[in-house]
Amino acid sequence: MHNPQLNSNGELIHLLSIEGLPRGILTHILDTAASFLGITDREVKKVPLLRGKSVFNLFFENSTRTRTTFEIAAKRLSADVLNLDITRSSTAKGETLLDTIDNLCSMHADMFVVRHASSGAPYLIADHLKRVGRDDIHVVNAGDGRHAHPTQGLLDMYTIRHFKKNFENLRVAIVGDILHSRVARSDIHALTTLGVPEVRAIGPQTLLPTDLGRMGVQVYHDMNEGLRDCDVVIMLRLQNERMNGALLPSAGEYFKHYGLTPAKLALAKPDAIVMHPGPMNRGVEIDSAVADGPQAVILDQVTFGIAVRMAVMSILAGN
Amino acid sequence: MKIAITNGRLVDPKHQIDARQDLYLADGRVAGVGQAPAGFQAEREIDARGLVVCPGLIDLSARPGKLETELKAAVAGGVTTLVCPPDLDPVLDEPELAERLVRQAADLGLARLLPLGALTQNLEGERLAEMAGLRQAGCIAFSQGKRPVLDTQALLRAFEYAATFGYAIWLQPQDYYLSRNGFAHDGEVGSRLGLTGIPVSAETVAIATYLTLAADTGVRLHLRRLSSAAGMAMVAKARAEGVAVTCDVGVHHLHLSEHDIGFFDTHARFDPPLRSLRDRDGLCAGVAAGTAALCSDHTPLDQDDKLVPFGEAKPGATGLELLLPLTLKWAAAAKLPLNAALAPVTSAPAAILGRDDLGHLGLGAQADICLFSAEEPWRVTPHNLRSAGKNTPFLGYEMAGRNKATLVAGQVVFDAL
Repeated sequence: MHNPQLNSNGELIHLLSIEGLPRGILTHILDTAASFLGITDREVKKVPLLRGKSVFNLFFENSTRTRTTFEIAAKRLSADVLNLDITRSSTAKGETLLDTIDNLCSMHADMFVVRHASSGAPYLIADHLKRVGRDDIHVVNAGDGRHAHPTQGLLDMYTIRHFKKNFENLRVAIVGDILHSRVARSDIHALTTLGVPEVRAIGPQTLLPTDLGRMGVQVYHDMNEGLRDCDVVIMLRLQNERMNGALLPSAGEYFKHYGLTPAKLALAKPDAIVMHPGPMNRGVEIDSAVADGPQAVILDQVTFGIAVRMAVMSILAGN
Repeated sequence: MKIAITNGRLVDPKHQIDARQDLYLADGRVAGVGQAPAGFQAEREIDARGLVVCPGLIDLSARPGKLETELKAAVAGGVTTLVCPPDLDPVLDEPELAERLVRQAADLGLARLLPLGALTQNLEGERLAEMAGLRQAGCIAFSQGKRPVLDTQALLRAFEYAATFGYAIWLQPQDYYLSRNGFAHDGEVGSRLGLTGIPVSAETVAIATYLTLAADTGVRLHLRRLSSAAGMAMVAKARAEGVAVTCDVGVHHLHLSEHDIGFFDTHARFDPPLRSLRDRDGLCAGVAAGTAALCSDHTPLDQDDKLVPFGEAKPGATGLELLLPLTLKWAAAAKLPLNAALAPVTSAPAAILGRDDLGHLGLGAQADICLFSAEEPWRVTPHNLRSAGKNTPFLGYEMAGRNKATLVAGQVVFDAL
């Protein structure tokens, strides 16, 4: 099957999902991000790689945080950035997703950063751009439904590589609501592609997708067992609406079994790092003592996130 | 009109005929097979050299859309009888509405249209529809279309009432709660792509309920469009135990699986969803064993209905013109002879309908006939489809088997000879 993210030379033209990308592309993005990290520390935090280019942030679903990090990344590359909060404009007037895209194409966009509540929406957009002969416009998936959040997956990999140096001997646990998590899916694909030998998924059956084992992970329902000897612990955010009794009886009971406390973290390796895509629910999935503790690298993730998004955008613009 | 169809390869699954035989039609019925009746003077002779001559296809589930266009598509595809569900606009819950639809179809003089009447008023699953009146208006059985009956007691009452009059009930087994908000098989692909799943249990739980109520009430039950191997196994077991239950499968489900969703291909969105390869194999085996008949599940849609994210796309595919080639493709892969290939779209659905005058070419049968070339390749393109619905996952594919002429009640209603 043709991978719509790659051109005929196997170069990245859209970033829609980690799935299906070769290890070389992932490593190239991480290496490029490393070169951008220094820029962030300079007095003049800009490079001219995207000068004259227009990046449109199309957020069909609200997310100030992710949108902001993309905006900062684009601006540091000297791009012009337009933020379109589409939840409140076009679609409310009955315009279809592709009508919106056609309109924006006419505004000389070079890149669409898309967040959408429906899994697969960025694929639809990329496919449409190809059909109308505008595949010079690059699409970056900034989160689609439960499907993928590839830049988050990449920044998580950057963080792991930064602290653990390589992927070959790691045991990584992903804990919590994997069913509804696009971050978890992207992390799983990235980890398995980069050669992590053991990826564990920990959660109650109500929050794990069917046939999860087919994605190359080992499933644990007992967190104590699952965390044992792990090098990396990735905690997932539990949305409030999951706690209304249908999937979980209460936040309290969830925390008891799946909340990361210092005692549970002690089961992992002594130098294990703790990650979280944010925003955190303290006392629901993570104890403050862990979130603010020495093993947490959650704020590093945010810093790396900007460099990774700069890397993705500059690589796409160059292909 | 007396017609002789000569030099063709006659295939009649019900009578297990597959031979070079001529067919003689008079007064809209089959008047002679292999041998002309005494004094037969053909007013028209159709030379069927190189063609298969078989009973017209009976499609147990097709949405008519714009009636004339879709009935033309039906006869172009060799479908001479089609059953439509009651969840049309308007809902077929009043005798006058059903009567009007039947009359409109009859006036067109193309394929036979057999509507299913609503089981409950406005398909709301609460109060019974006027079944006897609907029956008189031409409804052949009663159904909820895609709408559920949430109240199991109301369902039991509907079964009892239908059983009282000997009416059949046709239901799509899909538990409302287990399937709500879902739009893909709850399995490997849906999990990977983050598509909300519909588990197999949505089907098996509903089948268990329906089979229990059918056994208790004695109603004749037909299960529409199975999607799982487990569901098929339940039906086979019930039939072996003597329960009066039949079922059908959409022909797309014999060829496609969840993997055909690929990168969110909305043309692979179906209701019920395409399931695992194992399910697909179980459905194929069930059809080959005669447990299930086939239907096209024809659902003509606008292009825009599919140009949206997967979860927002309308389910279904155009099917009337693909029923024959997809049936032949399945049979070829399963190495089945032509009789066995065509049984699920001729004799088997006729038996489900309880119509001994349809679906075969015995003496006295309705002269509903299709003449097709078994080998002629053709490409599925929007231009090649007469249906208003161009929505098919097989767009661009090459099919073998092309219908050349169709007769309904002894009248030539499609002629591409």
